[in-house]
Amino acid sequence: MSVVDVREVITQAHHDEWARVVASLARRFGDLDVAEEAAAEAFATAVERWPADGVPPNPGGWLTTTANRKAIDRIRRENKRDDKQKEAQSMYDDPPEPLDAIDDERLRLIFTCCHPALAMEARVALTLRMFGGLTVPEIARAFLVPETAMGQRITRAKAKIKAARIPYRVPSVQDLPGRISGVLAVLYLIFNEGYLATGHDTDPVRHDLTAEAIRLTRLIRALMPDDGEVAGLLALMLLTEARRTARISVSGELVTLDEQDREAWDAALIAEGQRLVRERLAVGVAPGRYQILAAINAVHTSARHMRDTDWSQVVALYDQLVRLDPSPIVALNRAVAVAELDGPEVALVAVDRLEDKLADYHAYHATRADLLRRLGRSQQSRAAYAKAIGLAGNTAETAYLTRRRDQLG
Amino acid sequence: MQYLVSVIDDNVGLATPDEMAAINAFNDRLKVEGHWVFAGGLAAPSSATVIDNRGEEAIFTDGPFLESKEYLAGFWIVEVAILDVALKLAAEGSKHCNRKVEVRPFL
Repeated sequence: MSVVDVREVITQAHHDEWARVVASLARRFGDLDVAEEAAAEAFATAVERWPADGVPPNPGGWLTTTANRKAIDRIRRENKRDDKQKEAQSMYDDPPEPLDAIDDERLRLIFTCCHPALAMEARVALTLRMFGGLTVPEIARAFLVPETAMGQRITRAKAKIKAARIPYRVPSVQDLPGRISGVLAVLYLIFNEGYLATGHDTDPVRHDLTAEAIRLTRLIRALMPDDGEVAGLLALMLLTEARRTARISVSGELVTLDEQDREAWDAALIAEGQRLVRERLAVGVAPGRYQILAAINAVHTSARHMRDTDWSQVVALYDQLVRLDPSPIVALNRAVAVAELDGPEVALVAVDRLEDKLADYHAYHATRADLLRRLGRSQQSRAAYAKAIGLAGNTAETAYLTRRRDQLG
Repeated sequence: MQYLVSVIDDNVGLATPDEMAAINAFNDRLKVEGHWVFAGGLAAPSSATVIDNRGEEAIFTDGPFLESKEYLAGFWIVEVAILDVALKLAAEGSKHCNRKVEVRPFL
């Protein structure tokens, strides 16, 4: 095996095994710090040894064994042997959980990282570090935070887990739906930060983050294959990611759905996302938020041309979503679909009703600007574009809005 | 494990009779379910006296050690197996006493 091949094997092993190694160590030693550092050391040892010694027949097993040894070394070094071993023993002696609890250590890990007692930004950082295996500098870069600040954020989160004794376990069956939606919110936030990156100096689309969010959601789906919302979120991400390359022009400008080159959409991702949506429909259980959003995207991605879009279906799905989530942002998105079905005038009435709640939201002004433009009310449209440009944080979006404004007669 | 559930108040005033009834019912439940350790309401911060006896003689100062808009109005100490249960009880406690609460572990 060449050095390059070995490097690829290690990258793959990192993707496949990181969360498993950290999770099993966290369980055994009852300490996320120890688990994280020992896992990192084990991977560093692999990078050192595998090119010379060859890849072991069972890379995952090798990594776990090596990480365990590193953890024990570390605990000995720190001279905390007695305490930690007692702690490790007490975690082993946990009473067995009921059989209906889903038993994978990685699930314990993700539920701990996304525990509601942690701040949202801490959950995101911990999830990417502990579950995703990203390094602190990588996470810091992804969120435009100085490395030291991101390091502190993660350290503080781990300290809180220890001090408040955030449990390392899968929540009880009755708490599970709420806690899963907490995990999905973290994954969706990571995806969205990649898909519509904020910050004037960043790339408009951060493929590293969207890819990572999809990878982690796939992993959660493998661990909880029967959960509808997990499947829904994965489908939503796939159907959104499928349009990624068509969404930004060569000159770095946002391309809206009606102007996208649909030939450039990723057919494999669309097929996979639509299959998931169909599977959920077949189950016949009332869909949650992510499943409905995925279904809306399935309708969009089924249309060869914008004009072929089944807008009545889209509006019906938004009606369903409004019943679950009566937030003004959902109402705004529904109005965009209404504009296609009933015309911009009807949509504008609906949008104007949202002014109180969305006056600081760039998409509210961008939507209004577009509707006013279609109604020939150029002057008002221009003012709305100006407001949208002032509030937009994404470089591609700003470029798009500016062009649209300048094209007004 | 024991957790302190502090009740945070920001508008001077004791619990209303309705709130008190809800708190009592909640307390009874804590006892039945084995979570009860202790609970109590506190008089207004203005009733506090601060004592500092680290020096030569004890100094008594009138008033709370910290002047702030929000203050401790009461607390529960609960015994639970895991934090999640303490958080759930705290959420119910907040509803019953109609105030914000804070959960903190004992060392």
